[in-house]
Amino acid sequence: MSAPEAPEAPAAPVAQLQDVSLQYGKTCALNAVSLEIPAQRMVGLIGPDGVGKSSLLALIAGARKIQSGQIEVLGGDMASRDHRRQVCPHIAYMPQGLGKNLYPTLSVIENLDFFARLFGQGEAERKTRIAELLRSTGLSEFGERPAGKLSGGMKQKLGLCCALIHDPDLLILDEPTTGVDPLSRNQFWELIECIRSQRPQMSVLVATAYMEEAERFDHLLAIDEGAVLATGSPAELLQRTQCTSLEEAFIALMPEAKREGHKQLVIPPRPAGEQEIAIEARDLSMRFGDFVAVDHVEFRIERGEIFGFLGSNGCGKTTTMKMLTCLLQASSGEALLFGQTVNANDMATRKRVGYMSQSFSLYGELSVRQNLVLHAQLFHVPATEIAGRVTAMAERFSLGDVMEQLPERLPLGIRQRLSLAVAVIHKPEILILDEPTSGVDPIARDVFWQLMLDLSRNDGVTIFISTHFMNEALRCDRISLMHAGKVLDSDTPKALIAKRGLPTLEATFIAYLQDAVGEQPQQPAPEAEAPAAQSNTPKRKRFSLLRLFSYTRREALELRRDPIRGSMALLGSLLLLFIIGYGISLDVENLTYAVLDRDQTTTSHAYALNLAGSRYFIEQAPLRDYDELDRRMRSGEISLAVEIPPNFGRDLKRGAVPQIGMWLDGAMPMRAETIKGYVMGLHAGYLQELARQDSAATRSNLPNLEVRYRYNPDVESLNAMVPAVIPLLLMLIPAMLTALGVVREKELGSIINLYVTPVTRLEFLLGKQLPYIALGMLNFVLLLIAAVWVFDVPLKGSLLALLTGGLLYISCATAMGLLMSTFTRSQIAAVFGTAIVTLIPAIQFSGLIYPVASLEGFGALVGQIYPTSHFLIISRGVFSKALGFTELYSYFVALLITIPVLLALCTSLLKKQEA
Amino acid sequence: MEQLANIFHLGLKELRSLQRDPALLLLIIWAFTLGIITAATSMPESLHNASIAVVDEDRSPLSARLIDAFQPPYFRTPQRIELSEMDHGMDSGQYTFTLNIPPDFQRDVLAGHSPAIQLNVDATQVSMAFTGAGYIQMIGAEEVSAFLRHYRADLPQQAELAVRIAYNPNLTRSWFGSVMEVINQITMLSIILTGAALIREREHGTIEHLLVMPVTPPEIMLAKVWSMGLVVLLATALSLLLVVQGWLQVPITGSLPLFLCGALLHLFATTSMGIFIGTIARSMPADLCLSPIGCLLITS
Repeated sequence: MSAPEAPEAPAAPVAQLQDVSLQYGKTCALNAVSLEIPAQRMVGLIGPDGVGKSSLLALIAGARKIQSGQIEVLGGDMASRDHRRQVCPHIAYMPQGLGKNLYPTLSVIENLDFFARLFGQGEAERKTRIAELLRSTGLSEFGERPAGKLSGGMKQKLGLCCALIHDPDLLILDEPTTGVDPLSRNQFWELIECIRSQRPQMSVLVATAYMEEAERFDHLLAIDEGAVLATGSPAELLQRTQCTSLEEAFIALMPEAKREGHKQLVIPPRPAGEQEIAIEARDLSMRFGDFVAVDHVEFRIERGEIFGFLGSNGCGKTTTMKMLTCLLQASSGEALLFGQTVNANDMATRKRVGYMSQSFSLYGELSVRQNLVLHAQLFHVPATEIAGRVTAMAERFSLGDVMEQLPERLPLGIRQRLSLAVAVIHKPEILILDEPTSGVDPIARDVFWQLMLDLSRNDGVTIFISTHFMNEALRCDRISLMHAGKVLDSDTPKALIAKRGLPTLEATFIAYLQDAVGEQPQQPAPEAEAPAAQSNTPKRKRFSLLRLFSYTRREALELRRDPIRGSMALLGSLLLLFIIGYGISLDVENLTYAVLDRDQTTTSHAYALNLAGSRYFIEQAPLRDYDELDRRMRSGEISLAVEIPPNFGRDLKRGAVPQIGMWLDGAMPMRAETIKGYVMGLHAGYLQELARQDSAATRSNLPNLEVRYRYNPDVESLNAMVPAVIPLLLMLIPAMLTALGVVREKELGSIINLYVTPVTRLEFLLGKQLPYIALGMLNFVLLLIAAVWVFDVPLKGSLLALLTGGLLYISCATAMGLLMSTFTRSQIAAVFGTAIVTLIPAIQFSGLIYPVASLEGFGALVGQIYPTSHFLIISRGVFSKALGFTELYSYFVALLITIPVLLALCTSLLKKQEA
Repeated sequence: MEQLANIFHLGLKELRSLQRDPALLLLIIWAFTLGIITAATSMPESLHNASIAVVDEDRSPLSARLIDAFQPPYFRTPQRIELSEMDHGMDSGQYTFTLNIPPDFQRDVLAGHSPAIQLNVDATQVSMAFTGAGYIQMIGAEEVSAFLRHYRADLPQQAELAVRIAYNPNLTRSWFGSVMEVINQITMLSIILTGAALIREREHGTIEHLLVMPVTPPEIMLAKVWSMGLVVLLATALSLLLVVQGWLQVPITGSLPLFLCGALLHLFATTSMGIFIGTIARSMPADLCLSPIGCLLITS
């Protein structure tokens, strides 16, 4: 791996940092860092997780906002927006995590195409570049495979392709090989070398947690706790510390206080002699659909042994462990603990096993002590022993000082010790540890191993551990090399190395992998320089439709590949239409009532008949007295009682104005109010009728009130509700989907593409919005079909006007979603926030139930500007009132104004850098 | 016995977790105090500030008297408009009611004819249409009779209507609204709390941890049901006593323990539903999307 010769006269540094500090809340990620990164070299950042490597890289890439200090990259100040826009096409940034900036549902070619479009490349250029990159990385055969289904190594190659699509001058790679198998890792570095030999002017900046890898870099920066420990070439660092390996050198470079008490780890040999078998796997397999995660795995582990599983991410280590702990049921084969088949219902065996999962999985809301006590209780440690056991654990794992603290606030190393303490509090005979030391600094890792050795050698605990660190595997008594669900070989590490006759375990593993894959690593073919690099000096357009549609295309593809989201939106809204349409019925019908007739004349019967004739009332058996009235109303049998006084007929004829009593059940005020309205109307009608009959005797002179119920002559709730519910649903669902669309990118990390590519905020927002508008329109059409054909709601006015209004309104709704997404970070917050911001104004203030004209104060103000009010008028106007553009134009104008206002707000609130 | 101990310890753990989750605590507090108060007090009267416009083609003392009879809080001060403006006003939803008083109305009334007044009701406003029309009919009849009393003695037969309302004499909305809202909040919170408790475990990976321990899934579920149910029940009791009875001054005539017993049964159903949703939904957002749908299904 000889690096290209450094040029004679070193060019100006590619990046210069001066007193750069970064704080996340109270934690300090970078503390006044000043350094220079030489140009045209391969520069490595080394150090354990969480020491500020990623933050530093993000700052240099311009993905994160500078808090204090000065950063110059490619000859300009990264704090200036203009400079960032200028240099961003010359920087490529590949964030940490396997395929973090890729889109898992998109195919390899679609991913590359997306990035190429963002950098404004024409179709011909895109095609040749993509073909070449795929060929040189050996991904050509997998062009159509979704990125999410690639192996870890291939994902990283694809990530590299995406980063290289625009010929950058500075390539920034953040832990590109973490969790990748050693063969792929090797191929990855060869690929980088090859690219560097073709483009010697390119500088590469890499962060890594594997110290072995760092030996091939030109220049190293050792970082710990936000500060630079040392800089220099690997040879210089080794010389300075008088160490043989970089890992030891790093430990030597760490401050005195941290090194205190650290000593070289010595592994005592296991006592000889045949032991009983503690864990055994026979022909164990696990299939998920077509995918074989674990393929006929066999092993036997003796009591007291430390047995290691070595392999890349996704090779089946975790799945095997889950089968041993009953979290998964094996598809075939069996797993045995102490000679007994693993059985999910066997509580006794579980008490003999301790398990520590890959990520920290204790209760962050409970203190260290509470966690220990809870686990002791759940393992049924006798109550009298718990206190003693907890104290013993605290002592053994040095947790005494942190017993009352919350684990979330503790450093990773201590959290791992706590996890181990929790796993052994019930004195298990078997310990299953899934990558327990990933991300822990070398000193903490040695402490952890000391504890494990102690458990194994002194307490006879069998330990089954998985790892992807070679030097950890060397410490195990025996290891299994695992790849793609298969165990390649298992033996003691020394025996394995001897079998192949290679110098290191890494080389041995690579040799095994090459045998398994069955082919030599594809030598990247030397390629011609990319076609006339017109994109090297592209016109920097402020607004580019190409970039905008690149996002639209991608979002639409993702939506299509994720049928759940789309159909949830469509079916969900239909379901809600049915629920609300039928559920929120304001019809008050079939009211039960009874009459207490104390007159019993024809006149009083006539009055009672007047009520009985109404379609809203159902008469019950007449009442005899007040007690009965009281009782029957209390039991809910009648909701209205009518009392006709004695001598009603006589008094009426005498002109004495008799009084009719009505008792209403007031428990539900809305309903009571409506009943009151009914009876008042009926009573007035009775009087009019009375007056007309009398006109022979005395002259009638009361005016005749003719009531015309317009637009909805039968006053049917459904006819009025459906046109009103559609605007509500078209606000809620498109807004929520759009908000989730952006926030999902934030959670998954692909938002980084907005930060580091030339796409502008407006292009990003509009590009994301378009597919959701299309989905919303589809949703709208479905709702219309349901309204007209299922609910039989007549559509009286202009369909074109309704559809146009819908388009404008959905644009508003999706813009509202975008607005919410700009200031929420998690999908939960986005859902909650959008629901509150859309549902409350849409239901309360937009005239859905109470007309806007009847609102007062704040509600009235919201009602006048909220888009739902306008579209509600359009929807009701077209559905019930037979209106079209000419009558409703002012509401279209209102919606048209709302869209740019919302988008402008979004653009100003969206950050082009991480805060 | 060991099972009961497991359920008890896991439930205690849930309570401790909840105690350290300020967002959910705030949600509970908001739901049972401000949430109920706003829902109870902001529930408008069905006929409140109804917008009415009058086309007065008569311009007589009687028509003026009629117009003046429409007063807040039931009606907004009536707008006098021209006949030509009427259709547009109703189309745009500006007026829910329009009353058309014909020319020579007063003369006809005094002459003993029965002139017709036209009342147009926007029937898309279902909540107001009937109630409002009933009120307007009554008011019209009363005003005209009162007007006539000054002029004539031979009035037609009259009967008065006295409406008395049981249980809630003034039809105070908050009496109904507050109690309804308490029930809604019980449903919503019990579903969200238990669903969240399950999904939180899944997202943090702690459920796996529990499942490898000598704890069975039913024990995990029951622990969540009892602990979250207890929280909601306590909050309900406090809210009924302090907020509904204390703050909103709603008289609770029945037995509070009986209500809580009913709530307990209801809670068992809803918390179980929360767990059910939690098991289908793979992520918190999905849970939150499903929960409101679930709530709507139950309450409607």
